[in-house]
Amino acid sequence: MSKVCIVFDRLRTEEKMLHKEASELGHDAVLLDAKITQINTDSNREDYDFGDVVLERCVSYFRGLHFTSSLEFLNVPVLNKFEVANICGNKMFMTLLLKKNNIPTPKTYFSFSSDSAAENLEKVGFPLVIKPVIGSWGRGVMPLKDKDTMEAVFEIRDITDSPHDRIYYLQELIKRPPRDIRVITVGDEPIAAMYRKSSGGFKTNVALGAEPEICEITKEMEDLAVKSSKAMGGGILGIDMMEDEDKGLIVHEVNNTVEFKGLAKVAQRNIPKEMIEFAINHVRK
Amino acid sequence: MNCPECDAKLNIPDDASVGEIVSCPECGADYEISKKDGANVELKQAETVGEDWGE
Repeated sequence: MSKVCIVFDRLRTEEKMLHKEASELGHDAVLLDAKITQINTDSNREDYDFGDVVLERCVSYFRGLHFTSSLEFLNVPVLNKFEVANICGNKMFMTLLLKKNNIPTPKTYFSFSSDSAAENLEKVGFPLVIKPVIGSWGRGVMPLKDKDTMEAVFEIRDITDSPHDRIYYLQELIKRPPRDIRVITVGDEPIAAMYRKSSGGFKTNVALGAEPEICEITKEMEDLAVKSSKAMGGGILGIDMMEDEDKGLIVHEVNNTVEFKGLAKVAQRNIPKEMIEFAINHVRK
Repeated sequence: MNCPECDAKLNIPDDASVGEIVSCPECGADYEISKKDGANVELKQAETVGEDWGE
């Protein structure tokens, strides 16, 4: 019997499912709230009840990332690893790594000031999609269809001027059906996939109301998902793909703390069970 | 237990765990269960959605 610790900051259905599966598999399972956990430079692993392996499941990316760095400092095995979380949490780092590994991904332009981004956009031509480098659930993702929209969006960014607002991530608008594909990988193995259909706009995030529908994993999807997972450093990931009318499947995002409650209802394989088994085997190796 | 905001009755399931969010059915305020000992439940204001929330 092993002990699995699920670190959370907001206890969602997914964390409860993971806890239940771990218990049903005969393992000891604990839920630990990151918000009330204190760590210092003299801390030792024995001071805490982290068990044999931790699944980091914070909904706040920065909280989860920094908590993961503490766990690795204490030599506690954690999924996902800090390096994986760090890369997947930043769209620019992730896109660069996908491209570096020859994984088809949308053409993306990076600028480091609003003036430079505007100059590039006028050179490349409208539309492009602007995305915040940090963020999820489609927040701040907007198609820039003309100069007026661009100027309005850039002006707001210049006013708010948070550190990440200075990084301009502009991506080609992909011609595709009004849906994308989410593949969940566990240890570089695709275990389930779904189509996420747009609820009207061009975004396909389930958090925004996109309708999930089971998707059969084709050989092409499998190959791309495996390659993407390996490129990021493995672990438990959500690989997002679009069906480009000209180029075929392309990977536009890899997610770190993957949400799966919708897909779990229709998937053939038991997603939380696979995650727990992978975590246990990860530390047995 | 009643909503600290509007005094409506909150529905807290018996199997709810610490860390779970309960929403007031009337005013929509979100609370996090901070302590639970049998039927004794303590709530705190839930965090609002942050810029870095998500997958």
